[in-house]
Amino acid sequence: MSVKIALAGNPNSGKTTLFNGLTGSNQSVGNWPGVTVEKKEGKLRNSKDVTIVDLPGIYSMSPYTLEEVIARNYLIDERPDAILNIIDGTNLERNLYLTTQLTELGIPVVAVVNMMDIVRKSGDRIDTAKLSKGIGCKVVEVSALKGEGIMAAAAVAVEMAQGGKTIPQHSFSGSVEHALAHIEEAVLHDMPEERQRWFAIKLFERDGKIAEKLGMKQESLNHIEHDIEACEAELDDDSESIITSERYAYIGALINECCRIKDRGKLSASDRIDRVVTNRWLALPIFAVVMFTVYFVSVTSVGAIATDWANEGVFGDGWRLFGIGTDAYEAAYGDFEAGIAEEPDPASFGAWIPGVPVVLEGLLDAVGSPGWLKELMLDGIVAGVGAVLGFVPQMLILFAFLAFLEACGYMARIAFIMDKVFRRFGLSGKSFIPILIGTGCGVPGIMASRTIECECDRRMTIMTTTFIPCGAKLPIIALIAGALFDGAWWVAPSAYFVGIAAIICSGVILKKTKLFAGSTAPFVMELPSYHMPTPGNILRSMWERGWSFIRKAGTIILLATIFVWFASNFGFVDGGFGKTEMQGSILAVFGTYLAWIFVPLGWGDWRSAVAAITGLIAKENIVGTFGILYGFAEVAEDGAEIWVSLSSAMTPLAAYSFLVFNLLCAPCFAAIGAIRREMNNRKWFWAAIGYQCVFAYAAALCIYQIGRIASGGGLGIGSAVAAIIVAMFAYLLFRSAKEQGEAGEMNFSAS
Amino acid sequence: MQILDMQTLKDIKPGNTVRVVKIAGAGPVKRRIMDMGITKGTEIFVRKVAPLGDPIEVTVRGYELSLRKAESEIIEVSRITEGGE
Repeated sequence: MSVKIALAGNPNSGKTTLFNGLTGSNQSVGNWPGVTVEKKEGKLRNSKDVTIVDLPGIYSMSPYTLEEVIARNYLIDERPDAILNIIDGTNLERNLYLTTQLTELGIPVVAVVNMMDIVRKSGDRIDTAKLSKGIGCKVVEVSALKGEGIMAAAAVAVEMAQGGKTIPQHSFSGSVEHALAHIEEAVLHDMPEERQRWFAIKLFERDGKIAEKLGMKQESLNHIEHDIEACEAELDDDSESIITSERYAYIGALINECCRIKDRGKLSASDRIDRVVTNRWLALPIFAVVMFTVYFVSVTSVGAIATDWANEGVFGDGWRLFGIGTDAYEAAYGDFEAGIAEEPDPASFGAWIPGVPVVLEGLLDAVGSPGWLKELMLDGIVAGVGAVLGFVPQMLILFAFLAFLEACGYMARIAFIMDKVFRRFGLSGKSFIPILIGTGCGVPGIMASRTIECECDRRMTIMTTTFIPCGAKLPIIALIAGALFDGAWWVAPSAYFVGIAAIICSGVILKKTKLFAGSTAPFVMELPSYHMPTPGNILRSMWERGWSFIRKAGTIILLATIFVWFASNFGFVDGGFGKTEMQGSILAVFGTYLAWIFVPLGWGDWRSAVAAITGLIAKENIVGTFGILYGFAEVAEDGAEIWVSLSSAMTPLAAYSFLVFNLLCAPCFAAIGAIRREMNNRKWFWAAIGYQCVFAYAAALCIYQIGRIASGGGLGIGSAVAAIIVAMFAYLLFRSAKEQGEAGEMNFSAS
Repeated sequence: MQILDMQTLKDIKPGNTVRVVKIAGAGPVKRRIMDMGITKGTEIFVRKVAPLGDPIEVTVRGYELSLRKAESEIIEVSRITEGGE
C-alpha cells in the first residue's frame, strides 16, 4: 500500500533538515507548477511505498501569500494520507498556531516537536502528553539535526495514515461556534463531516479563494454573511481577526498548562550575536565585510580559478593535476620568451590531463571522421556543453556561501539591514546579493535570487540583475573605450552607472505596471535564531541548486550555442549550401537583413548586428566576432587590432550606443537559461527577455539621437522618436502607482 | 489605562515593552501581522531599529520579528515598562 505524507511547518523550524533526514538521498527537487517556489518530494528511507512531500514553509493558511496558497491547495486537493507537522520546540507558541489550522482539515496530523535537545539544555520542560491532549494529535519529540527520533516520528505518521483520526480540541467562543455550525449546515452539508470544519472557518473568514474553489453561489454567501456580521458585531472585530486572536488565546492557555519555560529575560547566545551583527554602527561595516568575502572568494579568487580551470583546462587545452609541474613549465616558458630555448610543450610537464576537446579531437581523428563532423562536435557541442558546465564550479562555491548565510540566519538580517534602500525599487534587501554577484557573472547572480522569499521581489530581481555589467562585458567596454574614446577613464564607470540606473528605473517603472501592481508584500519577517549549520545540509543545498541549473538551464544553452555555431559557419556559397567563413554565413546574411533595425541607434552596419547576435553565446564573443569580420584571425582581449577599423566604421556616439545596447539587452544564453529556470514560467520568461531588449533599444536610441542633437547633428525622425520615448519614460517613471499597496512607500514620484 | 498613553508601535523607542490594544486596518497586512502572533493583549518588546532607521526589530511570543515602520503604525499599543535607550 502506498502512503503519501505531507511535511508542513513554519520556515526555520528545521523542516529541510528533517526532510533530508527522512529521505536521505532519495529525493527529487522541482518547482510547484508555474511558480518560482521549490517543490521537493522523496521516498522515506527503507520504505519504497512511503512518499514524503515537502510543503513550502508557512506560518498560517491565509489566502494572501503564494506559499500558503500552494500548501493549502495541496492539502485540500491532493489530501495526503497524513501530515507530519514539524514544530520548533524553542518557539512553541507561534508554531502551534499553524498546528491548530492543520488539525481542522480532517487529515491525520502528527506533531513533531523539533530541537528538543536545545529545549532540554536550556532547562525548559514540555509535557508532550498534555500537549497532545490539548491539540488533538499525537506529539513526538525529535532533534532533526542529530537525527534523534525522526524515524520513530515517521513510523507514527505512517501508522496514522492507515486509518488514524485527528480531532481538533480547540474551540472558539460561543457566537463563533454558532456561526460555524450555521455555515456547515447551510452550505457544507454535502461534504464528509470531518472536512467541514476547516472550510466553515475559511468561509467565516471570508476567504474568497475558498469560496471560489467550492463554487459557492452569491446567494449562499449572502446567506452566511448574515451570521458572520452578527458575530462580528457581538465581538467587535472582523471575522479574520476574531479567529486569529482566539487561536492564539487557546494556545497561550495551553502552553501555560504544559510548558515550564525558564527565565525568558536572559540573553541567549543568539541574542548576543545579534547585538553585534545588527548593531546600529557595526551592522553596515560587518555587512560590507561579509559581502566582500563572498564576492572575493566566489568571484575573484577561488571562483576565478575554478572557472579558468573549467573553461581553459577541462574544456580547453588541458590542465595539471594538483598543479604538479606548473612551475617547471612556467620556467621553461620564461626561457622561451627570453629567446634562449624552444617553445615548450605544456603537455610534457607534470601531471598533465588533456582537455575534453583535445581528447575528443584525437578520438575523432583516430576514427577518421569528416571535417564537418569534427567541427560540429568540437565547436558546436563541446563548446556548448562547456558553456553550461564552465559556470558550475564557480556557482557551487557561491551556492555554498548562500546556503551557509541562509542556514545560519544571517540572510534574514541582510534583508533587515538593506530593506530601506531596496524596497523603493520594488526589490528586497536580499536582492543585494544577486546584483553584487551579477557584477562577476549574471548566471550565479540570477540563481542567487532564490533566497528572496517574496515571489514578486524575486521576479523583479531576476529581470534586472543582468543589467549590471558582468565580467564578460568588460572586454566590450575595453574595446569601445580603446577604439573610440582613447581609453578614456570614464567609459567603464559610466557602464556601471548605466547598469545601476537601469535597475533603479526598471524597478520603479515595473512596480507600477500591471505585472507587479499592488504586490507590495508586507515586510513582517521572522529573524530566526542564529544556528551553526551542518556541512551536510550546506553541501546538499549547494548540489541541488547546481544540478538544477545544469538540468534546466543546460538544454537551452546547449541548443542555442549549437544553433549560432551552425548559423555562423554555414551559408550559401557558389550556388550550393556548405561550410563557409563567417562573412558568407547565414548569420552574416541574417545580420545584413537585421541591420536596419539598428540604424536609429547609430550602428546599422551588418558587422555590428552580427556581433550583437554572437554576443548572445557569450558577451566577450562580440570582440572576437569583430576581429573575424574585419579580417583578423585572433585578437587580444580588448581587441586592440581592430581599434582603427572600428573607429572608421562608427562615430563615438554610435559606439557608445552600441555599448549601452549590448550591456542592457538580453544576456548571454547561459544567463537566459538561468532566467528561464528561475522564472519557471513561459510568460514571465519572455516578459523578462522582451523587457530587457526593449529597454536596451530605447536607451541606446535615446543616447544616440539626443547626443546627435547635442552635438549639432540637426533634427530628424529619429530625434522625434527619441523625444517620444523620453516623454513616455518620464511618464512611466513618475506616474502614480496603479494600486497603492497598503504598506505605502510605493509612490516614488512623491518623494 | 489613560487614553493619553495610547500610541502606535512606530512611536515606541527601543528598550520598551508595550501591550497591543488594537490593530487597525484590514486585509493582507493586518492578517500577516496577526498570523505572526501580534494579537490584542500581546506583549511586545521593542528591541532595536535597523541601521538605516527602518525596519524595527521586536520580540513577540518569545521570538524575534522585524516589521517596517509603515506596518507598525497600524498597531496601537499601551506602554507597560519604561526602558533606557
